[in-house]
Amino acid sequence: MQGVPPADIIHLMPNVWTEPFWNATAEHRLVIPRCTSCGTFRFPPSPFCASCSSQDLEWVEHDGHGTIYSFTIVRHAVIPDVRDALPFVAAVVELPNTNGCRVVGNVVGAAPESVRIGQEVNLDWYDVREGETVPIFRLR
Amino acid sequence: MTNDDLTLRDKTAIVGVGATPYYRRGESVPQLPMELAAKALLAACADAGLDVHDIDGFALYSMGFDTSLFAQWLGIDVRFTGMLTGGGGGAAGSVGLAAAAIVSGQADCVASIMTLQQAASRFGASYAPRGKPGAVYSAPPSPEASFIQPSGLMGPGQMFAVLAQRHMHLYGTKREHFAEVAISTRENAIRRPTSLMQKPLTLDDYFGARMIADPLCLFDFCLECDGAVAVITTSAARANDLAQRPVYVAGSANGGAGRWGQAITWFGMPDEYFASSGHRTVAADAYRMAGIGPADVDVALLYDHFSPMVILQLEDYGFAPVGEGGRFVAEGNIRWPDGSLPVNTHGGNLSEAYIIGMTHVKEAVEQLRGTAVNQVAGAEIALVTGGPASIPVSNLILHN
Repeated sequence: MQGVPPADIIHLMPNVWTEPFWNATAEHRLVIPRCTSCGTFRFPPSPFCASCSSQDLEWVEHDGHGTIYSFTIVRHAVIPDVRDALPFVAAVVELPNTNGCRVVGNVVGAAPESVRIGQEVNLDWYDVREGETVPIFRLR
Repeated sequence: MTNDDLTLRDKTAIVGVGATPYYRRGESVPQLPMELAAKALLAACADAGLDVHDIDGFALYSMGFDTSLFAQWLGIDVRFTGMLTGGGGGAAGSVGLAAAAIVSGQADCVASIMTLQQAASRFGASYAPRGKPGAVYSAPPSPEASFIQPSGLMGPGQMFAVLAQRHMHLYGTKREHFAEVAISTRENAIRRPTSLMQKPLTLDDYFGARMIADPLCLFDFCLECDGAVAVITTSAARANDLAQRPVYVAGSANGGAGRWGQAITWFGMPDEYFASSGHRTVAADAYRMAGIGPADVDVALLYDHFSPMVILQLEDYGFAPVGEGGRFVAEGNIRWPDGSLPVNTHGGNLSEAYIIGMTHVKEAVEQLRGTAVNQVAGAEIALVTGGPASIPVSNLILHN
């Protein structure tokens, strides 16, 4: 796939709090944890709600339609492994209706120079290897 | 809640500074990193008129080094060791930690030291995951990094580029403003023989340079290099008996707003301060302790790993309103000698040497002794900051 780093440098390390997220992405579903005590979303998944300190949560499915909050165009290979993937866009995407949760992922399928803050994006998936998938985005 | 009766203000002073030569990345080999640290400490002791055995404490940051082996080599009896958590954010604050140890009676002469040798690993790839088998990598996989690394963000500069991009979007900050930081800093560097960068930098050079991570180009990045810097702090009373004019610690703070958090390694900071340096809370704390405001600062040594972060710190320390840092530098305010606030008169991390912020402390001391190469006339108060980074960020206000 164009516009993403090579799979062999991507290593996911789930813990007990993030594993449900990565299990869902492997099924091409985006889920965001929401505090069942006060209703605040939190991301990345973490053991406590930053608003009320509760540990209780539920996983809410999100369609991944979001807005580019900021981004960079990576043009230089800080390690040789990414040289063939350059240039690529790494973006911070804000998800509506999640009290501002942001997901980081590549924006693919568009010229990097055409990417702007505020553009709307759709969620897509980068299957890194069997059982491991990470979110990516395409301009809407 | 703060108790203004309990303060570090004016109770301690920096009495010695020392450094090794600065080297391009890897060129300090075969010296050992801790050997460089010891050389810097011995130089600082000589500067202060102290014997190395007068040192009885270490206040470090950014993972520091093995104080046990260091003490063993030099035969130093140790009464205090402490280290700020985090990375380069703690640079200036390590001197505040030294002051805290002295004021609390735990030690008398405390050294803050940074030593750096980037022969084997590079900060430019600090968050790089392991590549092909046998490849060098800097950061092992972690649950938190799993949400960032798959996007290919693996160097701090790429990550700060995301903050800079947002600042440009919100406030109209321009690459010309970043260029002014890089160029003014270079101008300061080329007057100093210690600087690794000795060639003037023009606007054409800047815009002709290759982009690393938009909107940052090569000259927005600090140097990768080797070297060590040591700073010795002691009580204000003892400082009067030593070799140099004392430079008093007026205030220091470290920390940050809770939801600044891991900052560039999570990108979830509140919109209100996403495009900031993360320094607003520690700026307020240090100004309050020192009893001064931004208008009182004569020279600012602002941690410049990436040029936009100088602009964001100028805002967070109140030298310019939020969003107007770009305009502030464009008006020439940070130029030495005629700007309203000369910044990084030593050439900074961008053009003198990158020793994770300790060169900034050294320069502040020299400015307040009146011995700086690019001396700010009549300088009485200096602000030093640690790197915009995850919590803690830190600072130090000094006066003569």
